[in-house]
Amino acid sequence: MHLVPFPLLALIPLFPLLGAAYCGLVGCGLFKKYGEGAIHWPAILLPWGSFVVTLIAVITLAGAGHGAVLHQRLWDWFRIGSLSVDAAFQIDRLSAVMCLVVTFVGSLIHVYSRGYMKGDASYWRFFSNLNLFMFSMLVLVLGDNLLVMFVGWEGVGLCSYLLIGFWYRERKNAAAGMKAFVVNRVGDYGFTLGVFLLFWGLAAAPASLLRGQGGEPVAAAAVHEVAVGHGEVATSPGEHGAPIGEAAGEHGAAVSHGTEGSEAGRTPVSSVTFRDIERIMEDPARRDAVLNQKVLGFGLITLVCLLFFVGATGKSAQLPLYVWLPDAMAGPTPVSALIHAATMVTAGVYMVARLHFLFAYSPVAMTVVATVGALTALFAATIGLFQYDIKKVLAYSTVSQLGFMFVAVGVGAYWVGIFHLVTHAFFKACLFLGSGSVILGCHHEQDMRKMGGLRKLMPITAVTYFVSACAIAGFPFFSGFFSKDEILWKAFDSGNMLLPGGGIILWVLAATAALCTSFYMFRSYYMTFSGTYRGAQGHGTHDAHDAHGGHGHGLPKESPRSMTWVLAILGGLAVVGGYIGLPILWGLPNAFETWLEPIFEGSHHLIHSAERGHGAEWGLMLFSVVIAFSGFFLARWLYKDAKSPIPGRLLASRNGLVQGFHRVVFNKYYVDEAYQASFVNGTVGLSGLLSWFDRTVIDGIVNLAGTAGRFCSGIQGWIDANIVDGAVNLVASLSMRAGRSLRKVQTGRIQNYVLGLTAGAVVLVVIGFLLKW
Amino acid sequence: MSIGLGHYLVVSGLLFSLGLYVLITRKNAVAMLMGVELVLNAALLNMVAFSRLGRVGPDKLDGQVFALFGIVLAAAEAVVALALVLQLYRAFRSVDTTETTDLKG
Repeated sequence: MHLVPFPLLALIPLFPLLGAAYCGLVGCGLFKKYGEGAIHWPAILLPWGSFVVTLIAVITLAGAGHGAVLHQRLWDWFRIGSLSVDAAFQIDRLSAVMCLVVTFVGSLIHVYSRGYMKGDASYWRFFSNLNLFMFSMLVLVLGDNLLVMFVGWEGVGLCSYLLIGFWYRERKNAAAGMKAFVVNRVGDYGFTLGVFLLFWGLAAAPASLLRGQGGEPVAAAAVHEVAVGHGEVATSPGEHGAPIGEAAGEHGAAVSHGTEGSEAGRTPVSSVTFRDIERIMEDPARRDAVLNQKVLGFGLITLVCLLFFVGATGKSAQLPLYVWLPDAMAGPTPVSALIHAATMVTAGVYMVARLHFLFAYSPVAMTVVATVGALTALFAATIGLFQYDIKKVLAYSTVSQLGFMFVAVGVGAYWVGIFHLVTHAFFKACLFLGSGSVILGCHHEQDMRKMGGLRKLMPITAVTYFVSACAIAGFPFFSGFFSKDEILWKAFDSGNMLLPGGGIILWVLAATAALCTSFYMFRSYYMTFSGTYRGAQGHGTHDAHDAHGGHGHGLPKESPRSMTWVLAILGGLAVVGGYIGLPILWGLPNAFETWLEPIFEGSHHLIHSAERGHGAEWGLMLFSVVIAFSGFFLARWLYKDAKSPIPGRLLASRNGLVQGFHRVVFNKYYVDEAYQASFVNGTVGLSGLLSWFDRTVIDGIVNLAGTAGRFCSGIQGWIDANIVDGAVNLVASLSMRAGRSLRKVQTGRIQNYVLGLTAGAVVLVVIGFLLKW
Repeated sequence: MSIGLGHYLVVSGLLFSLGLYVLITRKNAVAMLMGVELVLNAALLNMVAFSRLGRVGPDKLDGQVFALFGIVLAAAEAVVALALVLQLYRAFRSVDTTETTDLKG
């Protein structure tokens, strides 16, 4: 790993930030004055600028050799004790992939939004928020340490909230935005705790090593000795102590060769920078110290990884925090495509891949990640089976596909997870934008029961939607096939899982989810595009649409060119996007794995295969093709042209089992209701209780203090008014009275004075006379 | 019977009392001035009498000299006082001291 300075790096996030500032600060006025062009040209061109810079960076990166990292340090963010954080960006091969996806798909969706948002009164606000999202996402991806990443992490959450509630005049949309934000906070809390715990835990290194480094603050060393003392209690090799010891033996030498001489000996005390954390974990002595730490009886690294994964479940909509994503469909469709399908929701996957050097050391965390992913994949896929809202189907499909990605990163196949992330970005963005095109054509109708027959009316949309559905279902030679199949195989073949039977349970869950995926995708395709148009008139009258063609809404028609072009590009990529990662099994070059290899080589030795052989792999591949086609044919048989009576008959069935099953799944397993009853009502109840406590007890105490104070001040006021003032008034009135009586002496008549004088003199004389005596 | 110190003192006491009486009873400022002169002269008479017949001895003239100064002072005083009376009259159109009680004209 060597750093290459790359001063253009900051431009990548800066361009969208400029766009956001432009649209947000002056956009409103310019929009009113010059119309939509003043908004969308800058807002679309600036993200394309980011894409161009990203391309330059990727080319530079490819030329800089194995393991190069382009890096730009902007400024010291803060330094506290041994914690030093830079505002710095880095682009390595992993973030390059993410960055390309974000800037490319993001820019395409900006282009698409031009058609979709046409005529909206808050056009400028939409593009401002969308650009701000691009900025945050790029900060997340390019951040060189956990804190910069966290800034982006929170930024995308904010933009998600703003854009879900974009049409905030409807209470439902505002509530959906709020829900997304609150649920994400739960995850973010896990993320921050993970950062804190990791920073604390990394400081655990043998004191001798730290003394050898010199120049480190003494206080920091003291902290470590405490931490090491902590660790020594549990020094006996734990369950994963032995394999690590071996690994350190053979790997330690490689490390000292691989890293630059000057850097190798001087790992920082602790750090939040990815590079430094990885280096600490490569140093055998320090790694053992870190791994031997126990917190509350758990291994430190396991706990840290689980906390980070809590963050990932929030952002990437996994069980149990997935509930916000289906509701997030309240936002405009380009937002769903960009934020809630292609980019933001994959941040959790990216984070786990980015921190592979931690996750790989904790089999428990890996198992949890993969299991949660597999369960989510199946759970969301079954909900998707019975949804009627076209965007809800895609939302649950996204949750399910994210589950697949977590299975991949959970079993240690990091490149596969990222690969699926990329292909998913293409086909899911295309599906969402296709649904947006349909929704626009059907005059903001989202219920698939009121669509149908759109293939003839919206041919480009129909073709791209079909192609993307093939990709997500995993038809051979479409992009989703390569990535999903690789995930299924890696899950099946994993040797790292602590589950009985290794990864086979994961494989069963994921394969079932894949079957459901194929079914619900083609169900949505056939309900939407086949048969005859069912909208714009009463339910069930299939043949009357021509007579009502000119009446009311009119027939759907194909979307403008700016939208169909984007669909075509994404649809094309949904087909060919998988060719960057062709299966090694076929003897073909896998460019994608080769590209990402330097990133994950640090944890490569920890990932084990169950060695199930090529025969099994071929078999599984065939099996997943069978799964994809059986889902397709089942959906085709049941839903093509809305002719089959079976779905209707099943729905009308009086059979308690069928009805009960349908009701539970259709109502999304009542998870929302359960959360409402437990967490929401619990929180509301608790806040009610606290409010009651506040009102009666706290306010009571305050009021008591107030009353007592008033009583005391009453007494004091009485004392003041009567005693203190009385004394003062007494003095005053006495002197007044004295003055009044003495004034009479001062008559102004000289005779009186002279008389007084004389009398006084006589008295004095008499006194003197008497005294002489 | 020879005339001694006691006789002078009696005359002087009478003069003083008369002056004081005038000063107290008369309301006319000029008359009061006259009373003051009487009181003054009673005092001067006392000085001369003590100087001539008192314990000091006849060869010393201190009392007489003092009396001469007093006469001069009385003349000066009369000038100033009469000027004041004149001003008083101008201000109040009266020299009756029962009427001129206000400080502020």
